[in-house]
Amino acid sequence: MDRKQYCVKLSVQPSRGLMDEKFIVQVHNVPPGFQLTIHAFHKCDDGHSWEAFGHYTASAAGAVNVSEDPSLGGTYSGVEQMGLLWSLRPVPGSKPGLRMRKMNVQTPMEVSISVYQGHQTEGLVDQVPLTSVVVERWYIAPGVRRVPITEGGLTATLFLPSGPGPFPGVLDLWGGGGKLVEYRSALLASHGFASMALDYLTPKITIETKKIVDNQYFETAYRVLEQHPQVLGSRIAMLGLSLGTSVTLKLSVYSQVMKLRCAVCISGSHVQPPGGSLEQVLTCFRENAGKTRINEEGHIIWRDLLLPIPTDPTLKVDVGQLQCPLLLVVGEDDQNWPAPESAMDMKEMMEKAGNSHLLTVLSYPNAGHLIEPPYTPHARFSKFMTVDTRQKVMVLWGGETAAHSRAQEDAWRKTLIFLRENLYGGTNPGATSVSHL
Amino acid sequence: MIGTDSHFLNTSQNHHQVNVCSTVPAACGQRDALQTPRLSTMSQTVPPVLSVHPSRSLVDEKLKVLVENLPPGSPVTLHSLHRSEDEHYWEAYGHYVSDHRGIVSVAEDSSVGGTYTGIESMGLLWSMRPVPGSRKGLRLRKMNVRSPMLFNISVYNGLITEGFREQTPLASALIERWYMAPGVQRIDIREKGVRGTLFIPPGPGPFPGLLDMWGGGGGLLEYRSSLLASRGFASFALEYFNSGELESAELEFSYFENAFSIVKDHPQVIPDKIGIFGLSLGSIMTVYLAAESTIVKPLCCVCVSASHFYPPGKNLHGVYEVMTMKPHMIRVDENGHHAWRDMGLEIIKEPSYRINVEKINCPMLLVNGLDDQNWPSVECADEIAQIMSAAGKGDLVTRLHYPDTGHLIEPPFSPHFRATKFKTATGKQKVILLWGGQTKPHSDAQEDSWRKILSFLQHHLYSRETPKARM
Repeated sequence: MDRKQYCVKLSVQPSRGLMDEKFIVQVHNVPPGFQLTIHAFHKCDDGHSWEAFGHYTASAAGAVNVSEDPSLGGTYSGVEQMGLLWSLRPVPGSKPGLRMRKMNVQTPMEVSISVYQGHQTEGLVDQVPLTSVVVERWYIAPGVRRVPITEGGLTATLFLPSGPGPFPGVLDLWGGGGKLVEYRSALLASHGFASMALDYLTPKITIETKKIVDNQYFETAYRVLEQHPQVLGSRIAMLGLSLGTSVTLKLSVYSQVMKLRCAVCISGSHVQPPGGSLEQVLTCFRENAGKTRINEEGHIIWRDLLLPIPTDPTLKVDVGQLQCPLLLVVGEDDQNWPAPESAMDMKEMMEKAGNSHLLTVLSYPNAGHLIEPPYTPHARFSKFMTVDTRQKVMVLWGGETAAHSRAQEDAWRKTLIFLRENLYGGTNPGATSVSHL
Repeated sequence: MIGTDSHFLNTSQNHHQVNVCSTVPAACGQRDALQTPRLSTMSQTVPPVLSVHPSRSLVDEKLKVLVENLPPGSPVTLHSLHRSEDEHYWEAYGHYVSDHRGIVSVAEDSSVGGTYTGIESMGLLWSMRPVPGSRKGLRLRKMNVRSPMLFNISVYNGLITEGFREQTPLASALIERWYMAPGVQRIDIREKGVRGTLFIPPGPGPFPGLLDMWGGGGGLLEYRSSLLASRGFASFALEYFNSGELESAELEFSYFENAFSIVKDHPQVIPDKIGIFGLSLGSIMTVYLAAESTIVKPLCCVCVSASHFYPPGKNLHGVYEVMTMKPHMIRVDENGHHAWRDMGLEIIKEPSYRINVEKINCPMLLVNGLDDQNWPSVECADEIAQIMSAAGKGDLVTRLHYPDTGHLIEPPFSPHFRATKFKTATGKQKVILLWGGQTKPHSDAQEDSWRKILSFLQHHLYSRETPKARM
């Protein structure tokens, strides 16, 4: 056993962090100029193994600081403080089309960070590292409360921040894959927002009645949030991704019940049948299925289904009528929805209507469709089961890993600022007191 | 269609609600707020945003406490609350005024009143003390290191000094403070008659090792060892007599030698990179092992509040006998607290009790509080340094001594105890022993000494340089 190996010190600070927090990875006590590989390993909840690694050369002081030193190769290169997380990919031999999503937010993601001698690219997991540490990454801050919601026939989970409140609320919608996906809401609650993750494609009521929910389902969710004693009923936002954007835009413009303070729409479009229910939106997609393209790897491209963006205003949500601030987040390499084109069109519509001061568009070159909270792996394509057809296909989401990861980091930060300013700001606390009962 | 309001009140209170990290029920104050939501007075105004970063940390890490979204120039009280494993409540608080942006930053702003004042980023932790009405002589020590200590940090309107439990704060946050990093292994040791717990850092190892010994209270205290393992040292928390049973301990010197071997022989420990860490009675054992043992060869020693006397030939019980030979010299102060310092001064005059510290061949870090009321450890440290200097080994000794600091110099940011209940080693009575120190200087000493202790251990046990040639 090489006597050198006991000297190497690896530290990752913090050792227990939130999923969207940065960490500082440092190596000390190696010989000056020593070549080493820093490796991250994670076994996700469904048993798949993921890894990332960077190649470094120690300084004259015998140290490496991942926040300051460039990786010379590996799954990421350059100075990338969080590269060990966002560049994680399934280990060789894994099934194709994997996507990492944590469904149980009550346990942390555990990552082993290790140091190996030399610049290595394979077989790392089978070797004994020089040193390694374990890092926990949490979607949920201490004190955040998880409350399953079933009233009004909803299938949802409400996450309440720590403290007496009351807190501004967020209604959080994912996309066409359905299921009750909690992690973004858990993270939002960790940032002070009472956030409700809503399953609207595969809720209990749909499973039982075989009927897709209508607008009332969303309005019920809004009401439940609004009337919760720990939620500030007058400060509720909606956040949607993909199909969730369609719902968000429609309700923020047309709903008589929902008075949103602001909306965030990620990777979506305003194109949908007029006055359409969710069922009709899905039908619209089915009808355009002929525009599906397949690339040479056999991955499905669905971005054309809604193209070209219609000029007929009745075929789009009339965003000119929007009365609250809107943040649009789009990836310019979105292969699943025509989000960039839709954003351009929405901008035009709002400029014509005179409410474009409400609009902010964050457009990211080389980012794909799945713009999620930062520091989790990018999936350029993955296995996807459409809710209506129940088929498993390999869908192309798009995006180039490094650019996409940067986009996620930037978009999340800006989303939190947008929500903070619109939901927490604007009044002098103590000056106004509005009873919502 | 939708249920009535009362139904929603139930929703927030029902047992589905899971506080993700509670081993202790959801922090005090929060539960009250849930059960009595005063909807009309509990405004629909936007609360301030309180953030404590990091929300999960090791106990020796610093925190950033920030309050935003307050009205500008707003007087507020920042408060911390902890419910200990033995169900006592501890609290601290500081008075602040928000700036023109409505922000209070504990790391940058001055507390103008409370249990701490001035710019004290960690004051909400180290200045904690038992809440009014608590029993006397309490001491805060984490016994189960596999779970974190939970602290509720809150911000209250106005400058408050009492009655925190009866008021609803403007905002509050829960934080976890851990003695154990993720991946640290905890191993129960019952071997060769030796009892204790070994903590191994994460990773393949092997690691430098430490034998870690506490003082005259006895029992098994794991927290310092688990923290040392979290900092890269395989550390063995040794139990060498049951809590309060020193009198009946028949421990021979060999017990400690066996304990040292257990660390040495562990497959994940580097056999020639082992140090000893002792506090109080534990440091007497440390000094004795370093000087007299032919088997135990520590690479370095840390002695907190040390002493260098040991009645020759006696086992541990003999130590106890000697230490309590002159009970009439115990000074009882105006509060009824027992200070053993003067008695100790008498006892250490006996030359035959002096350990032959000139035989020590390894670097020693001596950490002392100048207001140690429990033992004349400063005088002892003076003498140890003198003797070793005279033997030409002065460069082996490093001394850290701190003014207004008491006997119990522990890892940082934990509350200071000037006097606490102590089960005397006869186990027959509980007295309140005076340890000494004033809270702020003692806390500074804990913070400073811990950093220096870690760097001392790092240097001697991890350094790539060849260790100094032994004489």
